[in-house]
Amino acid sequence: MDVIVFLVFAIIAVVCAINVVVQTHPISSAISLVGVMGSLAVLYLLLGAEFLAAAQVIVYAGAVMVLFVFVIMLLNAGAEARKGRSLLVQLLGVPLLIAFLGLLAYFVQRLYPQSTSVHFGGFTKGGAKEVGRALFTTYLLPFEVTSILILIAIVGAIVLARKELD
Amino acid sequence: MDSFIVISLIKVAVIFAALMTTLAYLQWVERKVIAHIQVRPGPYRVGPHGLLQPLADIVKLVTKEDMLPPYVNKPLYLLAPFLAITMSLLSISVIPFGPEIEVAGHRTYMQLTDLNIGVLFVLAVSAMGVYGIALAGWSSNNKYALLGGLRSSAQMISYELPLSLAIAAPLLLSNTLSLRELVDSQNRGIVPLSPLHGLIPQFFSFGGIWSWNVFQRPFPQIFSFLIFLIAGFAETNRVPFDLPEAENELVAGFHVEYSSMKFASFFMAEYANMITVSCMATLLFLGGWVPLWPAEYGSSYVPVAIFAFAGVMALYHGMHPGRRRDRYTLPVFGVVFLGIAAIFLLPMVQSWLAPLFWFCAKTGAILFTFMWIRGTMPRFRYDQLMGFTWKFLFPVAMVNLLVTGFLVALRP
Repeated sequence: MDVIVFLVFAIIAVVCAINVVVQTHPISSAISLVGVMGSLAVLYLLLGAEFLAAAQVIVYAGAVMVLFVFVIMLLNAGAEARKGRSLLVQLLGVPLLIAFLGLLAYFVQRLYPQSTSVHFGGFTKGGAKEVGRALFTTYLLPFEVTSILILIAIVGAIVLARKELD
Repeated sequence: MDSFIVISLIKVAVIFAALMTTLAYLQWVERKVIAHIQVRPGPYRVGPHGLLQPLADIVKLVTKEDMLPPYVNKPLYLLAPFLAITMSLLSISVIPFGPEIEVAGHRTYMQLTDLNIGVLFVLAVSAMGVYGIALAGWSSNNKYALLGGLRSSAQMISYELPLSLAIAAPLLLSNTLSLRELVDSQNRGIVPLSPLHGLIPQFFSFGGIWSWNVFQRPFPQIFSFLIFLIAGFAETNRVPFDLPEAENELVAGFHVEYSSMKFASFFMAEYANMITVSCMATLLFLGGWVPLWPAEYGSSYVPVAIFAFAGVMALYHGMHPGRRRDRYTLPVFGVVFLGIAAIFLLPMVQSWLAPLFWFCAKTGAILFTFMWIRGTMPRFRYDQLMGFTWKFLFPVAMVNLLVTGFLVALRP
């Protein structure tokens, strides 16, 4: 049962991810990205990290992607025109992609052998309490650094927007 | 395991039927309420007092021609109403309507499923609902629809911040994300929490309304309740925040190109969202199904009194009818109300009917506020709308959260 649900949503995630690149219209790509986020949230849920799943949907699918869609709609971006590909890409694109994926699969297999893979529902520290405690004790420094980074980005955005005004 | 599946299926059927009926009749109630605010009778033709109006509306919407304009972005145009209605109906699945009950030997909760992230689930699902409106506006390929969709997504992102902050404050008091535990935490009497406890008169400490989160010690959540309501109005695109469908500027806003059942699904989504917001306000702030005062002091006779009073009133007005038809319809209503009052007296149903009554009464009161405000308030201007949330609601919600967190941390 778990495996079936995992496979279904993993396939949805991969198909949506490919669709992001394949689609020529920005809105369709953005919607596919929402699909990726949603299926990732389901995968988190399967692993027992329910807080992370909810946060994934609220923050990424609900806030970040809505802003993406909003900006695309506001700029009224049209469909991208397909340019002619260079000879190098036509010849080597697919083989290189396959080689890359194969290498990736090989390294994942080497680093995490079958025996240590996470089994479904085995992870019980996914509640809000555990995440909060980890965030404010073990990972306090990275957390604070990230917030300062985001603060810098906000200030930077305001400075850039101000310049245009006057 | 088998009984679990059967019970769940029965619960799904019951809740679905109740929700759909409520959705249809909510619209009738709204038209009646607004009509009476504006001193006119409202729907009156179809059935007694227009009671069959929702059925007539459904037949009208189903049999209308389903237009598919040639210039729309077809997949997204078809996806949008589906998304809107799915996301708005989904959140009802975690809302608890009452405590654990026993039916035919099986103990079950009056709730489809209890997630331990119930509050976040409702937030996540309602956040996804934005896509329905935004995509409908964009894919229609119509400037009015696009403006409506843009307004709606900007408005929803902006009001989601004060909404989430307002939700966080009562969660600090209750210390849980599960909606059922949230109500349980508001169900006990007042335990000595604040240093001021000695000053609180004995009258305030017997539970009931004083243990709801709105009046909960150490910091009453009255501000976050108001912020939640205001932001909830904006999230559901209701007056005075119905800019996405401002008919005098945008024809009909984001659903201008939709007809028949596709239009109806946006309509239903709006009403379902209203119900969700009202349920969430009830659960988070008004103590869910916790009565005004404990049952030992006779709060279970309140529904009996209300329905008996309504029945007697209807009978009296049936004796002195204002309109010719009222001579027959009002006595019937009177008898029905008296019958409901009698049902509330039966001891075997009281254990689950009384909590259900309190939940529905609180939710209904908030829904009535929605209609009341629609009947009385003009619409915001767009820059006022944005200034209001960013310059007023958001800072107030932030301060409220900080004060609540500070007082909760000081709690012995």
